[in-house]
Amino acid sequence: MGNTLVIAEHRDGQLRSVSLPAFTFGKDYAGKTGGEFHILVMGHNLGSVVEEASCYGAAKVHVADNEGLGPYMAESHAAVAAKVAQELGVEVVAATSTAMAKDLLPRLSAKLSAGMASDILGFNDQGYFQRPVWAGNAIVDTEITTPVKVVSIRGTEFEPSPKGASGGDKADVSVEVDFGALKKRFLNFEEIKSERPELTEASVIVSGGRGTKGEEGFKLIEQLADLFNAAIGATRSAVDAGWVPNDLQVGQTGKMVAPDLYFAVGISGAIQHLAGMKSSKVIVAVNKDEEAPIFNVADYGLVADLFKAVPEMIEEIKKAKG
Amino acid sequence: MKILVTTKRVTDPDVKIKVKPDGSGIVTEGIDYKVNPFDEIAVEEAIRINEKEGGEVVVVSIGTADSTKEIRSGLAMGAQRGILVKTDDFLDSLGTAAVLNKIVEDEKPDMILMGKQAVDGDNNQVGQILADMLGYAQACFASKIELSDDKKTAKVTREVDGGFDHVEVDLPAVITADLRLNEPRYASLPGIMKAKKKPINEMELPSLGLDTSLKVVWHKFSEPAERKAGIKVPDVPTLVSKLKDEAKVL
Repeated sequence: MGNTLVIAEHRDGQLRSVSLPAFTFGKDYAGKTGGEFHILVMGHNLGSVVEEASCYGAAKVHVADNEGLGPYMAESHAAVAAKVAQELGVEVVAATSTAMAKDLLPRLSAKLSAGMASDILGFNDQGYFQRPVWAGNAIVDTEITTPVKVVSIRGTEFEPSPKGASGGDKADVSVEVDFGALKKRFLNFEEIKSERPELTEASVIVSGGRGTKGEEGFKLIEQLADLFNAAIGATRSAVDAGWVPNDLQVGQTGKMVAPDLYFAVGISGAIQHLAGMKSSKVIVAVNKDEEAPIFNVADYGLVADLFKAVPEMIEEIKKAKG
Repeated sequence: MKILVTTKRVTDPDVKIKVKPDGSGIVTEGIDYKVNPFDEIAVEEAIRINEKEGGEVVVVSIGTADSTKEIRSGLAMGAQRGILVKTDDFLDSLGTAAVLNKIVEDEKPDMILMGKQAVDGDNNQVGQILADMLGYAQACFASKIELSDDKKTAKVTREVDGGFDHVEVDLPAVITADLRLNEPRYASLPGIMKAKKKPINEMELPSLGLDTSLKVVWHKFSEPAERKAGIKVPDVPTLVSKLKDEAKVL
């Protein structure tokens, strides 16, 4: 029976929690096919990553530790992952759909001549993967007919795998990549420093759209977010206008989020934005246009000028939280 | 410098798509088609490079005969010629990349520019697959492209989680455009007039002799679970008390 291989993501020597839903998928899928669930870690200066990765019940954690893999690059990482997948006889290679996975997995699918399903929400008894298309306005049962399959999973649709005791098996992967022959050089990573949690990990998100009119409105958003240690999000039009970095974009072509509480401030509710946030548990919308489509998904809608309403909300929430 | 840029004809991204009652697909009656927005950004970037460096921009599309319209819109923006691989069949990412691979072999461009994803299938796969098939480097989700003086390499800024990844790729390479790479221009009236006379080389998919059989098959379509609308609150104090006492999120 085919095994399931999940590629773990890490940063600064630590496992990224975004990978935990992919571990859940890996276990579930291996359980269904009767194969084993394996984890692959690729990189250098891995710190506690391998130790952490061995706490999630994988049959084995495969470790490709090599200086050349220090900077992430699709070309080298796909080559290593393809070799591990082939040697292991995997049926499915998976990872949570992050910026890295979106870059890496299709290249890996080409190396393995494997069909790929992006951003899956689940799978059924026939082994079809459910995935969103047309900005999530349709879900399609997707069959991959190749013997090896590649899937990226939507992190909000699988529970984070619970951490168990460490001590699973580990295996070193021999890395046979000619790094000098790669047609790409990593120059540097320019980190956007933020005191706030990452969008995909935050339990509260405050997002702004065109209605914020830019810097002034986003200042209010920051102040509201401060009350919750919330992440800040934005619509495509706010990103387009250059008000905030693309990294904050929530939506079809940005990030998929599902926090406990989502504030949509000055956001009309374009299809492509709704695609990224409508799984949030509680949605609050503030918009002066009472016809705005955001109100169709909001649990609590307030028709008001955000420049008046948000400062008032900040005061009232401060009082309510004591 | 010769740049190959891809465009896909997609349903209007601003129109809400509905699923057919029998689940066989989406309702296409009365739907307008447009150029995939990310492809438009890729075309704009190709033209900007072309305006500086000279050479040629070739717009490629795979699709029905109607896709000439999307190619013409790229020609109206300033590209020099088009290629349409005609098919009424649905292709998956591996099939699409196989066709583009063949076109690249024939055209030998110095750079391949593509949108990062098409807003219908939302796959975000073809550029990466094509790069691997060609043995080229890929630079996906680009927000800035800078050519070196000798035009043999390009520095690309990639928009990734938590920041920007700066890489240098050998050309030819596959570069996929993210939202902030540029703001696409509107085609001018003279541009539109000129585009009518620019050549589009149309070829039938089977004439390429490729295996484009589906490795990824779409079966039943369904509507996503609809979220039901909540309530409108009259003022801020009501909102905050609801959040505290009803939703219990404060």
